[in-house]
Amino acid sequence: MKRALFILPLILFLGLVFYLGFGLTRDSRLLPSTLIDKPAPEFALEPLLSSGKGLATADLKGQVSLVNVFASWCVPCRAEHPTLMRVAKEHAVPIYGINWKDKRADATAWLDELGDPYARIGYDPDNKAGVEWGVYGAPETYVIDRDGRVRYKHVGPIFRSTFDETILPIIRKLQEG
Amino acid sequence: MLDDPTQEARARALSADIRCLVCQNQSIDDSDASLAKDMRLLVREQIKDGKTDQQIRDFLVARYGDFVLLNPPVKRSTWLLWFGPLLVLIAGIASLALYFRSRAKQIAPAADGLSADEQAQLDKLLRDEDRAP
Repeated sequence: MKRALFILPLILFLGLVFYLGFGLTRDSRLLPSTLIDKPAPEFALEPLLSSGKGLATADLKGQVSLVNVFASWCVPCRAEHPTLMRVAKEHAVPIYGINWKDKRADATAWLDELGDPYARIGYDPDNKAGVEWGVYGAPETYVIDRDGRVRYKHVGPIFRSTFDETILPIIRKLQEG
Repeated sequence: MLDDPTQEARARALSADIRCLVCQNQSIDDSDASLAKDMRLLVREQIKDGKTDQQIRDFLVARYGDFVLLNPPVKRSTWLLWFGPLLVLIAGIASLALYFRSRAKQIAPAADGLSADEQAQLDKLLRDEDRAP
């Protein structure tokens, strides 16, 4: 019995080592969204492009969609852009953009240069919609279901593998359900 | 930044307790990040609108999560965080107390004049003597 008691602190220590070690493998800068499974927030943004459509809560109902927060000053947004172009071309899921804390002229030039994968782009220079969505950086991408509920949030750029392995299955499941 | 000094003081106090989500270990009062500025303005707008400190905190937590507060709230999921160290301290003191008490028993002289330890030592010596050639 005394032997067993000797081992106890060691077991507790090892338990703590594994628990904290696991914690070290996770990125603490990525915050979970408070919006998951809740209806998308109330917002209405005017169009970024004079030739395009703006974005508001009502636009998110009726189909599964992606909402992508981007800006011309955001370097990872540039990196994920080819993935968005491919998704827009190959998959039947509309991508709606929120142009975040940006200048209209800069954003327009950026899209002219790289291409425009967005079906709609809302212009949010003052972070009015961003606050409602809990946006704390760019890029961020949300998966919205048919009823306009937020079902998944991805913080940071989306690369091909992330899209194929994580996001596409979610979209498929929502489209079938 | 607000005209009314009482309100401005309230805004600064509240801001000191709200985390800048970009830098993550500074308050929005300290941080230079653009998002921090947005949040400072938001806090002041809401104070002017007559919201209470708790209402403003609730507003931010509803959108950004508990992490936006520099002081984690005390609720079931954070009990271990808040009370854990105290529990570990108490457990440590308790096990020390138990150890000393059992040692005291071990070294206290028994009825026939030898403590348990001394008796064990004696037994060992006698056994070794039996074995020695």
